[in-house]
Amino acid sequence: MALKLLPDARGHFGRFGGRFVPETLMAPLVELERAYARARRDRRFQARLAGLLRDYAGRPTPLYLASRLSEHCGGARIWLKREDLCHTGAHKINNVLGQALLAERMRKPRVIAETGAGQHGVATATAAALLGLECEVYMGAEDIERQALNVFRMRLLGARVIPVEAGSRTLKDAINEALRDWVTNVRTTYYLLGSALGPHPYPMMVRDFQAVIGRETRRQALGALGRLPDVLVACVGGGSNAIGLFHRFIGDRRVRLVGVEPGGEGIATGRHGASMTAGAVGVLHGCMSYLLQNDDGQIATAHSISAGLDYPGVGPEHAYYRDAGRFEFVAVTDDEALEGFQALTRLEGIMPALESAHAVAYAMRLAKTLPRSRAIVVGLSGRGDKDVHVVARALGTELG
Amino acid sequence: MSRLDETFAALRRRGERALLAYFTAGDPSLAETRRLVAAAARGGADVVELGVPFSDPLADGPVIQRAGARALAAGTTLPRVLETVATLRADVGVPLALFTYYNPLLAFGLKAFARTAADAGVDGVLVVDLPPEEADPLAAEARAAGLDLVHLVAPTSTPARVRLIARRSRGFIYVVSLTGVTGERHELPPGLGAQIRTLRLVTTKPVCVGFGIARPDQVRAVGRLADGVIVGSALVRLVEERAGSPTLAADVERFVAELKAPLRERPGGSGEDRPTRMRPGGSGEDRPTRMQPGGSGEDRPTRMRPGGSGEDRPTRMRPGGSGGGRPTQDE
Repeated sequence: MALKLLPDARGHFGRFGGRFVPETLMAPLVELERAYARARRDRRFQARLAGLLRDYAGRPTPLYLASRLSEHCGGARIWLKREDLCHTGAHKINNVLGQALLAERMRKPRVIAETGAGQHGVATATAAALLGLECEVYMGAEDIERQALNVFRMRLLGARVIPVEAGSRTLKDAINEALRDWVTNVRTTYYLLGSALGPHPYPMMVRDFQAVIGRETRRQALGALGRLPDVLVACVGGGSNAIGLFHRFIGDRRVRLVGVEPGGEGIATGRHGASMTAGAVGVLHGCMSYLLQNDDGQIATAHSISAGLDYPGVGPEHAYYRDAGRFEFVAVTDDEALEGFQALTRLEGIMPALESAHAVAYAMRLAKTLPRSRAIVVGLSGRGDKDVHVVARALGTELG
Repeated sequence: MSRLDETFAALRRRGERALLAYFTAGDPSLAETRRLVAAAARGGADVVELGVPFSDPLADGPVIQRAGARALAAGTTLPRVLETVATLRADVGVPLALFTYYNPLLAFGLKAFARTAADAGVDGVLVVDLPPEEADPLAAEARAAGLDLVHLVAPTSTPARVRLIARRSRGFIYVVSLTGVTGERHELPPGLGAQIRTLRLVTTKPVCVGFGIARPDQVRAVGRLADGVIVGSALVRLVEERAGSPTLAADVERFVAELKAPLRERPGGSGEDRPTRMRPGGSGEDRPTRMQPGGSGEDRPTRMRPGGSGEDRPTRMRPGGSGGGRPTQDE
């Protein structure tokens, strides 16, 4: 598989990806692509990013053997790639530091971002504080209600949080509004997109910044296991933590790569966010990929207990490797994710983000079917403090 | 020659500029859309654009977002829009163009869409999130079906992109006047004159300007530069405000007539109304054009036709390139 060639010069991963945007954004996207290409080759840029990832974000993150969870499942060993230990509590900071340095380099004084669960918004506000950039974050009004803690964190960090009342009032509408802002203020503003989707070069760039997860995992696994793991499991909303974990392993054909989609209340109910499992190919937010949509090409509303997975599409590189048969995709319901959340909390003392709890739940399901000699690595993309009130409500406890 | 080509050629012969009137199809209902298109044609619209509602209209401002949401709630779909166009064609002779996002066309199937649209009597299609680089599949089907695929050029388009778009666009070239979403603005963008001059250097195709144009005085100012002027949000807002009123169609017809009136005026009085073409290396191409009330270099005061609103406020346009202040939005 010719990994190095993806995406092609126009940002296509096979038939996926591309640049489906209003003309106003075309020249700025080319400018961004060029700036990124130069930064990628620039040793000083790379050294500065590596320094921040180490000293500021806390990398490398550990690869941890979850012994009690593994015993509980009674099968394969479950390892956790601890992105929850990153500064700001999730993998989002990896991408944000890279892009914020790029914004600074491009002399854009203002950054905007969209956020679902608030993790990307918090990470962006953090990097903006660090680099002295003006920061505005678009967030669906429903997500603002679900994630009040992260909203306040962003404000403390000096960002302005702009509620989006349009459409489903969640992540996809926040992206629409961020794109409208960017179209209007494109000359002064850097759009710091948080997932491996959107128009070229975002899917490639976000993947590159997140690929540190998989590079570390590979090295750590070789050290701890003396070999590569058998399965990697990561949750997929837009897909940035999954592509970050998987990318370095794509050429390792014996390693299974499994993306876990939000099954919401169950695929059959229609209330879910599983674009790979139940979607069709289409164009949204600048790229061609799998989308949840109706027969008329109207985008459907995704549903998930986890705000960060509440997106009706998925990054184009995932779509490509799904069709190529390299990535597998499965769906995990809200209830299963809650079970995963509780199991990891009780058995390991690690409270995962509800997003990551989807991956934990699937790893538990899978571990039971595999012998003890097998090793599963779960991308534990974030920590669960932000979700405690959601979990409380789901378990029938109201917090004061 | 397509119906769009014929329309612009005829307008040129008459020394007029085109008024392109936009409505969101299905707002408040497709039956009403049929009446509104006929009313716009009676009022003097030379081309009618029908917006296909989409769940995620990321290029649109609040007015057209709301209209799209109403149309979707009323059950509007692309197939039903095409059926409506087919029934319209009995009464309405003006060219019709669809203004859409790409995903509804993909869901319909590009080949099926191009054929069905052409059979229904659609003349052109503009796809706001489909730049020329991604447009080959639709362009091939549109060409085969005899449908003009219109491309948009933006203030941020580089000279190379302007050339590419000018070459690819059929029917006319849609100039997005400002960096921003659709919607009414108090002032026209300062760089518009320079933007259109750049385009005239590389094309003889009709040039139509949209985004932010809402009032007859703005139409007049833009009409001095372009072959056509597109008014969208102002009409859609009128539909929003008067929906359900028995006078809706008459109100739309009257407003369209007000918008068209300044485009019938002959700026130079001599029938020579084509905007001056500047050639590469020609004089003063880097000099900012001053667009002043009263027009560039004409001495005759322009007159509104009867039916005009009497709103004869001079249009404020700042010299191209100066300032860089963003247009203010009405909302």
